[in-house]
Amino acid sequence: MSPLLLGLRTAVGAAPPAGPSPAPAANRLVFPDPSRPMSAFSREHTSVVASEVVGPYTLLRVKRGRLESGIPGQFFMLEAPGRPLPRPMSLCLAPPGELAFLIDPIGPGTRALCALEPGEGVSILGPLGNGYRLDVERPLLVGGGIGVAPLPYLSEALNGPPAVLGFRTATHAEAAELLPGAQVVVDPILVTDAMPAGHDVLACGPEPMLQAVGRLEPAAQLAWEAPMACGYGACYGCAVEIDGEIRRLCVEGPVLEAEAVAA
Amino acid sequence: MKILNASGCLDALTAPEIARSLDAFVTKTVTPLAREGNEPPRIAEVEHGMLNSIGLANPGIDCFLSINLPRLAELDVPIWVSVGGFEVADYAELCDRLDDLPEVAAIELNVSCPNVDNVPASVGEIVAAARGATRKPLFTKLSPATADVAEVAQAAHRAGTDGLSLVNTILGLALDERTLQPRLSRAAGGFSGPALKPIALAAVHACYAATRLPIVGMGGISSGRDALEFIAAGASSVALGTILFSDPRAPDRVRSELTKELTKFGVDDPDNAIGLSHAEPAPHLAKAERAATVSS
Repeated sequence: MSPLLLGLRTAVGAAPPAGPSPAPAANRLVFPDPSRPMSAFSREHTSVVASEVVGPYTLLRVKRGRLESGIPGQFFMLEAPGRPLPRPMSLCLAPPGELAFLIDPIGPGTRALCALEPGEGVSILGPLGNGYRLDVERPLLVGGGIGVAPLPYLSEALNGPPAVLGFRTATHAEAAELLPGAQVVVDPILVTDAMPAGHDVLACGPEPMLQAVGRLEPAAQLAWEAPMACGYGACYGCAVEIDGEIRRLCVEGPVLEAEAVAA
Repeated sequence: MKILNASGCLDALTAPEIARSLDAFVTKTVTPLAREGNEPPRIAEVEHGMLNSIGLANPGIDCFLSINLPRLAELDVPIWVSVGGFEVADYAELCDRLDDLPEVAAIELNVSCPNVDNVPASVGEIVAAARGATRKPLFTKLSPATADVAEVAQAAHRAGTDGLSLVNTILGLALDERTLQPRLSRAAGGFSGPALKPIALAAVHACYAATRLPIVGMGGISSGRDALEFIAAGASSVALGTILFSDPRAPDRVRSELTKELTKFGVDDPDNAIGLSHAEPAPHLAKAERAATVSS
């Protein structure tokens, strides 16, 4: 995965002043941010209801148990069979009694998750992170590739706003079936070519797409990803630069306001 | 017998209820000045473990004392502060700043972070300087990546450490499957997780035999059975690291599994299992055994 260093000028969340340390870098540091303890999350050993093929991806449906479905854009850590670390996945759909995750089998952990059979057990921790702000007037959902994952649940919460989805190939574009009514473009046409102006954009996708969307719509809410070991603020593995400060994407994000990403 | 977290594997202010499930919380290492840490990517999962190169990201001692520590004290769990530096005087300064604070239960001297340059040379010198600056219990955290960890432990012992934390991570490298480039920005990083367990057990076993100091054992512990093995090797407490990333509830689980494991061996109190693996626990005999192992 590519490094994620964001050039955002606007802080996300309240930032207490850094200490009086004389270190040259001290003005870039806010450690920790005590104003943002993680909201309640829980861990449940649940089981797979179904594993459905969606183009090159897999929609993994699990029993919800006592897990909260959370705010759209929040994510869960899914235990990957045989692997030491769980994998972060945003919630795709929350049918009654279930949680569903759209997974791209790109490595050993995601391949193991996609290979799970109905009835097999899986431990899930969540919901984690901040999620999208839903107080928007003219929402437009924008997704690229596997970044379509959080949009179906988000679309439900916003009563089916317009959406633009971009994919590398027609096979990948089969995932658009998860978001009926969305406008679909396939490479070399980009989502930024198809985005109508004047909307409150809520986006998820690869880093170059998010940067391009942020340049067009400085107020856009963008869901980013970074390598994570824990997902709940323990490991500092997902540190990114937010407003010139090193922060944890799992605590401060994954949804960040785009303001002046192009800076 | 206490269950702690390994330094850097939990943020008590972000996940207070998990910190409260521990017998003591160990902070991420604090240095004299603020550090951003290394460039991302900072973590990479590998077979049977993970690599990290966080790089001692921390707010520095001033900010730690004014912002973090008062909030940590509100959690009502004993606080161990991990300190790290780049020269001997750093450790003395940090220990001096912590010495009078009632909310600090103990100090862990991180003399073994694999993710920073300029590691100070002499563990004995660092411990002696720290000892001169504080009356707090001092636990010295050692690396297993040394020719004879027991010898380093003895040097720390002579210099006045009250206990040992064994072990820190060991350097490892992972390459991207497509590009063959290092997956961490810093190339190598600290390797932790299940594969570290036998290495850590060997260090605990050797250092217990050589010093009989109290030892916080850590390195790949993920179950009550693992904890029991560390205790039998000589640990008087255990710390959980990588397992916390996948199972934040591991402290409670390991504690209850350990109780069951002890029952299997007819032991009622974990303290009675400390050092059980040592047939001849006298230090001079253990040293002779090590020599025999090397020569055979």
